[in-house]
Amino acid sequence: MTWETVIGLEVHVQLATQSKLFSGSSTRFGAAPNTQASLYDLAMPGTLPVMNEEVLRMAVSFGLAVDAEIGQRSVFDRKNYFYPDLPKGYQISQLDLPTVGRGTLKIQLEDGSEKIIAITRAHIEEDAGKSLHEDFQGMSGIDLNRAGTPLLEIVSDPDLRNAKEAVAYLKKLHSIILYLGISDGNMAQGSMRCDANVSIRKKGDTEFGTRTEIKNVNSFRFVEKAINYEVQRQIEILEDGGRIVQETRLYDSDKDETRSMRSKEVANDYRYFPEPDLLPLVIDDAFIEAVRATLPELPGARCQRFVSQYGLS
Amino acid sequence: MLSKTVAELATALAKKEVSSVELTQAYLDRIAQLNPALNAYVTTTPELALSQAAAADAQRAAGNATPFTGIPVAHKDIFCTRDVLTACGSRMLANFTSPYDACVVERLQSAGAVMLGKTNMDEFAMGSSNESSYFGAVHNPWDQDRVPGGSSGGSAAAVAADLCAIATGTDTGGSIRQPASFCGITGLKPTYGRVSRWGMIAFASSLDQAGPLSKSAEDAALMMNVIAGADARDSTCLDIPAEDFSAQLNQPLTGLRIGLPREHFSDGLSSQVQEILQLAIKTLESLGATVKTVELPNNHLSVPAYYVIAPAEASANLSRFDGARFGYRCENPVNLEDMYKRSRGEGFGDEVKRRIMVGTYALSAGYYDAYYKQAQKIRRLIKQDFDTAFKDVDLILGPTSPHTAFKLGEKNSDPVTMYLEDIYTIAVNLAGLPGISLPAGMLGGLPIGMQLVGPALSESRLLNVAHQFQLNTDWHTQRPEV
Repeated sequence: MTWETVIGLEVHVQLATQSKLFSGSSTRFGAAPNTQASLYDLAMPGTLPVMNEEVLRMAVSFGLAVDAEIGQRSVFDRKNYFYPDLPKGYQISQLDLPTVGRGTLKIQLEDGSEKIIAITRAHIEEDAGKSLHEDFQGMSGIDLNRAGTPLLEIVSDPDLRNAKEAVAYLKKLHSIILYLGISDGNMAQGSMRCDANVSIRKKGDTEFGTRTEIKNVNSFRFVEKAINYEVQRQIEILEDGGRIVQETRLYDSDKDETRSMRSKEVANDYRYFPEPDLLPLVIDDAFIEAVRATLPELPGARCQRFVSQYGLS
Repeated sequence: MLSKTVAELATALAKKEVSSVELTQAYLDRIAQLNPALNAYVTTTPELALSQAAAADAQRAAGNATPFTGIPVAHKDIFCTRDVLTACGSRMLANFTSPYDACVVERLQSAGAVMLGKTNMDEFAMGSSNESSYFGAVHNPWDQDRVPGGSSGGSAAAVAADLCAIATGTDTGGSIRQPASFCGITGLKPTYGRVSRWGMIAFASSLDQAGPLSKSAEDAALMMNVIAGADARDSTCLDIPAEDFSAQLNQPLTGLRIGLPREHFSDGLSSQVQEILQLAIKTLESLGATVKTVELPNNHLSVPAYYVIAPAEASANLSRFDGARFGYRCENPVNLEDMYKRSRGEGFGDEVKRRIMVGTYALSAGYYDAYYKQAQKIRRLIKQDFDTAFKDVDLILGPTSPHTAFKLGEKNSDPVTMYLEDIYTIAVNLAGLPGISLPAGMLGGLPIGMQLVGPALSESRLLNVAHQFQLNTDWHTQRPEV
């Protein structure tokens, strides 16, 4: 039987602002634990978020670079769950009205042809802190330096058909964010993190198969290997007459395999609701045009210019 | 001396009839004498108060006095205070000292006010009787078997019993106005966004607003002059120029159009309370006001809508109390889930847990549209009702509460009975409007308030009308024998 792979990517890009999304703390990487955590980052009672406008500028510049609709009115929501590295007990994100709406990204396939990948949306959200499980004699330490760092979560449609396309898409995204200067894109330090939604279906089917989500794959090479492993795993299950369980899986690069992370857990209910501590972000045309005026020449455009201007091929 | 208003005390201080240190010491003595019975304060800060008073006296001597220089005030224990416990009525925060001051605290301190201590309150401001406090109920100074109202019950009792000159409070569904009514004092809930919420522990962020509990409308205006105004640390705080709330206090009421909501003067309101309100209306008419009936057709939906929205927001706001970084942590947790469950299970009281559960349910997948979304629609309808009414009238007058202070223990067995306490006040929060409660009469030896509600940012008008009423009546000057 011939199988077709269907992949959608969720890419978290840490925006290269000086200070955090909703507080004045520094976002510098590598400082001693909890030295870059303000009262707000610690979720002290009575503290409130204040939007960092630079984040908005960066999100809009990304939106313009991928020809996306810019939400004239975007709204923050609370995503509720308990975890020690999430000090407020909710993450401020954007659900129904993200700052960046539908856009497109053109990728080049191995045979030289081009393919357009649809970007579903890109929304602004806070990063969580980190749990440190070593050196605490049976307890865990929490480092909140990263908590509140601005992220842009870029979600693609399930338009990618194999691991190589996924890598091409990621590399293209990577070059765009570097050109825009909105992130250092360092995957090893987690400035760019990728979750892959992978499913397979019989060639010719119109319905999608059940997907699994592979979390936090931190290099281009691992994305390719993780997807290939996962596709092979799913094919084997289906060809043995089994069925795919919708679940989150973790890629282990040492063993080159994906493992179930939350198989027993029922679907999380994040109880999203509009963040009452922040007003909706109203973005006017003047702001958008001001951002547009600062955009550098993007890789695709530069490539085209070189081709036409210098007759390169 | 201790029963004087802020305005009177400011004059006495200016004339050097008394120093701030003497005044502060006199309040501290009275607190030491009466607080064991009333339980209005959970924390007193005598040393800090006396040092602030000495500094205020020095500031005055140097010729730099404001109307608040040396005035002894009390803060509701929901406002974060650096170096002083901020327990918010909860076991969860019984050991909590905030590393910073709330905006309201900071502004009063900069104006030269002296902090006497922190006042008792319903746990996390959830209650209408002050009985949900982890630190025990507050007793109403007019009758110690009765509640002072809530959630700012400690502040209201402290002002009424002359345990401070004026106090801060917060109002999410009536928590300033209802205790003001029960204790015979004046309480103002400002327009949403007038006063910064920075440092005020959140209950329901879209409804919470800080305001004064005072002995007169004139005093409420004086405190508003200090605490209101833009603050970049609160994105919902209105970025509008500061206002002098005292400037409009002596306007005549000629031509003032007062609306009486049909829904507030119908069943549910006793004939005695109606009579008291009618007398108050006559006083205002004699000063030149006219009255007409207005409709607030969706008012009956305000309590159910509020008890979806407020718990929903609270369920998220209170998630940070998890035992990890501050506040109560259970003994010997065996793992993370155990720490969460027992810290929150043991740290929160019943009413707080009830509201967290209700709010969590209302936001859950499959219920969100039926509850939270529906409640938001009702909220818009309620706002529209007021907008329509304010096309014809300048302000709306009605009862603050259906009755006078009830007995301790009388209503805390049935949450819904308690929730209906706020039937006249809750719509005002849902619409984000300013409302003031001021003493309008006495019933069986207990004070009862009336509520004035105005359009957004009409505090000056409300304060002027209340002040004119107080110039012509003496309900606000009556004090309980404690």
